[in-house]
Amino acid sequence: MNTPSVVVLDYGSGNLRSAERALQRVGAAVEVTSDLAAARRCDGLVVPGVGAFAACMQALEDLGATSTIRDRLGESRPVLGICVGMQVLFDSGEEHGVPAKGLGLLPGEVRRLRADVLPHMGWNTVVPAEGSTLFAGIDPATRFYFVHSYAATGSDGLVSTGWHGERFVAAVERGPLSAVQFHPEKSGDVGAELLANWVCGLR
Amino acid sequence: MSVAVRVIPCLDVDAGRVTKGVRFLDNVDVGDPVALARAYDAEGADELVFYDITASSSARETTYDVVRRTAEQVFIPLTVGGGVRSAEDVNRLLRAGADKVSLNTAAVERPELLAEAAQRFGSQCVVLSVDTRRCAGRPSGFEVTTHGGRRRTEWDLLDWVRRGEELGAGEIVVNAMDADGTRDGYDLDSIRLVRAAVGVPVVASGGAGALPHFAAAVQAGADAVLAASVFHFGSLRIADVKSHLAGAGIPVR
Repeated sequence: MNTPSVVVLDYGSGNLRSAERALQRVGAAVEVTSDLAAARRCDGLVVPGVGAFAACMQALEDLGATSTIRDRLGESRPVLGICVGMQVLFDSGEEHGVPAKGLGLLPGEVRRLRADVLPHMGWNTVVPAEGSTLFAGIDPATRFYFVHSYAATGSDGLVSTGWHGERFVAAVERGPLSAVQFHPEKSGDVGAELLANWVCGLR
Repeated sequence: MSVAVRVIPCLDVDAGRVTKGVRFLDNVDVGDPVALARAYDAEGADELVFYDITASSSARETTYDVVRRTAEQVFIPLTVGGGVRSAEDVNRLLRAGADKVSLNTAAVERPELLAEAAQRFGSQCVVLSVDTRRCAGRPSGFEVTTHGGRRRTEWDLLDWVRRGEELGAGEIVVNAMDADGTRDGYDLDSIRLVRAAVGVPVVASGGAGALPHFAAAVQAGADAVLAASVFHFGSLRIADVKSHLAGAGIPVR
């Protein structure tokens, strides 16, 4: 069997090195690039994202990557969104009360969590959806590293949930589309297990 | 379940090497920050902080290299602070593999730096680190200092952390300069005051010396506890801190 190829989409700033190394560690051939042809043809596309919802959407649009993501999903080719890279897959988001349009690939809106302390920063548990591929074989008491102030509170597909002040969507799996609100690339060995589960399904 | 309290070891890095005597580990090059980062990760650290004390700017390239090599081997969040002057410095550290960048003196000198960094990279990676000391003349009883506590500023602690949050800091580290190095425990008053003043996570720093100190900081409102020497000298192990916290009913990883 060939090594699955993964592109980590580079469409702005932030730490992409951890995602690159974590995916390599679980056996993927990884390229960090803004080249859309590579993003189109790889076995799995990772859409990272930090910072603000609208800024991430804008950066994806400026690069022309929104159609790449849509095209891949139209052909059932895997895409994994991480953190704000997950949030922009939803219908809409908001920042400081101002609404922003998302990719609309997952139903639901992303809004500020109702919690005493934000960002939700640190290691927290996830209640995995029944039948989840991402969480297969992972102990439900496992903690993953989160850092976010906004989240979706409902969606469609296999929805795994987290809790910070209220219940929110910690992960979604729907056909070729997977998305996690936490950072598997910063979640130590258990994060690697989750990424391995995704990489295993690529070919 | 709720988010676990984070236990964070902090390493001073000078021109790519850890200089303060670190002596708790066998089979580890104790001068190599990457090897130490790996060891702390294996011991259960929830995050790591590198504090760059490199004096000469020409030697600062080594810091980026250390960050790069750490991010390649350690898969827990890494914060880098010390000598960060501009949004471009923040960018370079993030691109090298830091997850968060901590701003201290430069933010006091030019508070807009916090806003610039937050707007460009998001609040989640902007940490405001505050060196504070008791000062009876200030409304809160604490003033903000810079240069490791050597210089006084015009800021009251609470005015400054509120301003920092407003400008976009996503986390606040309270370094109590009076407690620093004493091992008599964290300064609980400053933690309580900052916790009540802001809505972002608060990290207690300075003074940890014994297991009960950590739980006391959390009970005073800290979301994370940072320590350096007690971990480096092996007088306390991260796993022991965590089991003590768990015994006090505090969630840990």
